[in-house]
Amino acid sequence: MTESAVLPNPAPSIDPETKPYWDATLEGKLIIRRCNACGENHWYPRTMCPFCGSVETEWLETAGKGTIYTFAITRKGLGHYGGVGPYVLAFVTLDEGPTMLTNIVECDVDALQIGDRVEVVFHKTEAEAALPRFRPVA
Amino acid sequence: MSIRGAAFIAGAYEHPQRVIPDKSLGQVHAEVAAGALADAGLSFSDVDAYYCAGDAPGLGGISMADYMGLKLRHIDSTETGGSSYIAHIGHAAAAIKAGKASVALITLAGLPRQMSGNLVMEGGGAPEDAFEGPFGPTVHGLYALAARRHMYEFGTTSEQLAEIKVAASIHAQYNPNAMLPKPVTVEDVVNSPMVSDPLHRLDCCVVTDGGGALIVVSPEIARDLDRSVVKVLGHGEAPKHTNGGKVDVTFTGARWSGPAAFAEAGVTPKDIDYASIYDSFTITVLETIEDLGFCEKGKGGEFVLDGALQAPFGKLPFNTDGGGLANNHPANRGGMTKVLEAVRQLRDEAHPAVQVPNTQIALAHGTGGSLPTRMGAATVILGREDA
Repeated sequence: MTESAVLPNPAPSIDPETKPYWDATLEGKLIIRRCNACGENHWYPRTMCPFCGSVETEWLETAGKGTIYTFAITRKGLGHYGGVGPYVLAFVTLDEGPTMLTNIVECDVDALQIGDRVEVVFHKTEAEAALPRFRPVA
Repeated sequence: MSIRGAAFIAGAYEHPQRVIPDKSLGQVHAEVAAGALADAGLSFSDVDAYYCAGDAPGLGGISMADYMGLKLRHIDSTETGGSSYIAHIGHAAAAIKAGKASVALITLAGLPRQMSGNLVMEGGGAPEDAFEGPFGPTVHGLYALAARRHMYEFGTTSEQLAEIKVAASIHAQYNPNAMLPKPVTVEDVVNSPMVSDPLHRLDCCVVTDGGGALIVVSPEIARDLDRSVVKVLGHGEAPKHTNGGKVDVTFTGARWSGPAAFAEAGVTPKDIDYASIYDSFTITVLETIEDLGFCEKGKGGEFVLDGALQAPFGKLPFNTDGGGLANNHPANRGGMTKVLEAVRQLRDEAHPAVQVPNTQIALAHGTGGSLPTRMGAATVILGREDA
């Protein structure tokens, strides 16, 4: 058993387009963008739908649950993560469709498997934003 | 309109050093430019087009044009990471065909061992940065995401990936400038420290200072040169990105750039005698081999067994200079060195131990950025002068 490291919480850059997303993280909500023209959900959130080009998009609150699509166990990080490890970088596919880059936390890194069910947790940063990470569903 | 036969590579030069503590970045760009021009039998005053990417200091290519005293009528600073220089060949050939250039200089140089390298992708103002950078995405961590999913879907093993490093290292022993000239075994690779599980330290490329340059010329110029030249037969390029969150890390942009290059060249994977394949990590090679059509998707792990990649007699001799995995990856960008070794093979100037006999057609493929998120891909197919 190898417990995942405690992670730093680097502040994301926030702009007018993404401020509602980061505001939602402070309320413990993971929201994504949905297109009313073609019906697709996308990630990362943006005003224009990358599938059909429409700007008829709106925020959609997710259930905050998903499945591990793939993951890496980085032994020692760089930059903000300098010296931190082991930690898990992962793509998680949300139940609502899109796949997002994140971390898996509160886990035994030796036991993780592709396909594991995970749920979102939020880690507050110094900015007006929290980082959506995921932990295994008990 | 096709670029087939519209341009020739007449000069090629690789900086011999792998650690350069005593020179400036502009100086190394100029050194490799001078080396490639001398190889072609041309001079700086002959250059009328210049191509460079994000590794060049200053504003696009203008600062380096100033440094080198170039008088230009065409300039292109297409930046697609390590694949840029292969894209530049296609762009130069198109410009030559259109009559907008006749002698194109392409340079790459970097001093990552002297400066802090870009080995962590925390962003530089891109719209995705806030959604990726805070999660600690190192370059090796990102490529490990691709490796693990490929293993999961297709049963690829660490030992199969290690075969790629083994072949590169066997080639590197013949390269006196290689950063890692000692052959390694599959056991050496899988027993090396884990960097980002499932990638080990020896699954990764080297970090080197240095650079390289190419001279691409019109058929008229090529005819008047004494040096043997290499014909540009076809080129393709394609970015791949996260597709709005419909992520698939088991393939690369080579799935699109490869067929475009083959079609333009009028050849198929079976016609390729030698291949330079971008090797930032072993998994980069494995997925690219599949995507270029050398084997079926998912069969790359089987394909690389039994010395398949080893020159001169493997079924697909690759990276005979030792590649990025063992020789050189200047500026953390391997596209230039991929072309340089393909040119050596087509001129019969590779080391005799790894020269593929009677190489008629060679391929060079570049990857840039990060395979599982946003990557550049560029493929060029080259032939002998009379191909």
